Amino acid sequence: MSWLNRPASETQITHKQRLWLYILATIIMALLILPTIIVIPMSFSASQYLEFPPREWSLRWYEHYFNSPEWMQATVTSLKAGFLTMLVTTPVGVMAAYGLFASKHRATQFFFIMLITPIMIPVILIAIGAFYVYVKISLVNSMTGLVIAHSILALPLVLIVVSAALKSFDVNLEMAARSMGASRLKAFVTVTLPQIRFSVVTAALLSFLTSFDEVIVAMFVSGGQNSTLTRNMFNALRDQIDPTIASISTIMIVISSTLLILAQVFGKARE
Amino acid sequence: MSASAHMDQKPNEAMLLKSAQRERWALLGLASPAMIMVLVIMVLPVGWLFYLSFLGDDGNFSLEHYNRMLESKAYGRIFLTTFNVSFLTTGLCILIGYPLSYFLSQLPSRAANLCMLTVLLPFWTSLLVRTYAWLVLLQRKGLLNNWAIDLGLWDQPVKLVHNLNGTLIGMVHIMLPFLVLPLYGSMKAINDDYMKAAANLGASPSKTFWQVFFPLSLPGLFAGSLIVFVLCLGFFVTPAVLGGGKVIMVSMQITSNIELFFNWGAASALGVVLLVITLVILFAASKLLRLDTILGGGH
Repeated sequence: MSWLNRPASETQITHKQRLWLYILATIIMALLILPTIIVIPMSFSASQYLEFPPREWSLRWYEHYFNSPEWMQATVTSLKAGFLTMLVTTPVGVMAAYGLFASKHRATQFFFIMLITPIMIPVILIAIGAFYVYVKISLVNSMTGLVIAHSILALPLVLIVVSAALKSFDVNLEMAARSMGASRLKAFVTVTLPQIRFSVVTAALLSFLTSFDEVIVAMFVSGGQNSTLTRNMFNALRDQIDPTIASISTIMIVISSTLLILAQVFGKARE
Repeated sequence: MSASAHMDQKPNEAMLLKSAQRERWALLGLASPAMIMVLVIMVLPVGWLFYLSFLGDDGNFSLEHYNRMLESKAYGRIFLTTFNVSFLTTGLCILIGYPLSYFLSQLPSRAANLCMLTVLLPFWTSLLVRTYAWLVLLQRKGLLNNWAIDLGLWDQPVKLVHNLNGTLIGMVHIMLPFLVLPLYGSMKAINDDYMKAAANLGASPSKTFWQVFFPLSLPGLFAGSLIVFVLCLGFFVTPAVLGGGKVIMVSMQITSNIELFFNWGAASALGVVLLVITLVILFAASKLLRLDTILGGGH
């Protein structure tokens, strides 16, 4: 254990003096991921009650999920809404981020703040506001209405992620392309976009997840045929603890960790 | 020759200026689809709610919804609960998040990236899934109670959920990444040379930390705490599931005003108050900090 007495940083503090920090941080990190991960083995339990470790293993809750028309329909709705939200917000968000980055207009700061307000104000306001308007124009329970409302929540994330990438982008590269005769558009597509493509992909994944995981707006504006997965889960949670939710949660954990890994891999490729 | 060149310069300059201005507008125009979306889907409906909040039951202008909010004890309690939960959650997040961020900032970058996954994975996982996980762990016959009884820590199942404790546990878990990400970013940006200099001048490690590192990390801590606090104010899902009806926050009252009582005026008035509180806090903070350090810190 000689490493304990070696200095841990330039201040000559030793690892031994910092041991408490290492232990504390390890506990915190475990507490951050374990509660979520523990749902995975529990979802394979054969029992009505959630147990850990399960006394008997089975796939019955997965069968229940995959054989239930309601859950399947909700899953399709959520996937569709997520995908459409991604298709709407990514181009709109990238355009806005680029426009605000390149324009020297005085109003850019104001525009930026306006465009990120949807994540700063409480979601409940956006939800009931959209609900009130949708009732008037009969968009309640429609896919269009859901995607529109989710897009507004995802837009700020796309803007923030892409703007951050543009900040570290060397503008001279684009200037060089334009001085050699490329139009603004061509310079953007062939020079700038490839440089920020990883952030664009991350932004797209985030906007998919924003819609896919969203509960409050979905609770108000989705329903019937277009009820989302999270809406149904939330309603089921308030009534009782149905082990089917554990299996759905497991599937959702797998989806989000896959997307996270994808984003990390794209991030690594940039370095 | 030189005279004509001089003559041409002025109109040319004006033309360039004009084209630069046109380009500025054109580029700003690229943001217009996004701007229209925000105006139509957010500003317009929220403005409408604002209008509704000033309409009495008879359809005329009235302050009755706001008066009721001031007079009713129930509403006072709801706001008190909301602030109480938000303060406690923020405080706990600071206590837990600061050491974690400091630990991460001291690791070599490869190890830090790996450990960072433990913060990012929950961040990317559905909030509903994480809330559900805590419900499973904390309920009467849940894992925690079973383990504690097996280990002899307590002999009766303890009520860990459907109360304030359960709500706080769930909310701290969900909010922690929002604190850690900006705080870690600001800690990484602190120049190592300052600490080296302090150590070189004879400061002990703990003195170096408290007098040099800690003050430099405060803007990041402030930014992170602010995000957590503001998000907590509007929180809905976790208190609704883990609070078991005992922790009623403003957003939950708004929902029941609409779903149970169809009272749009009262719901809107509550929403307006919540919005104003949020905006005042953000505005005050933007006077102290640049807004993009708050929002861009995590990325």
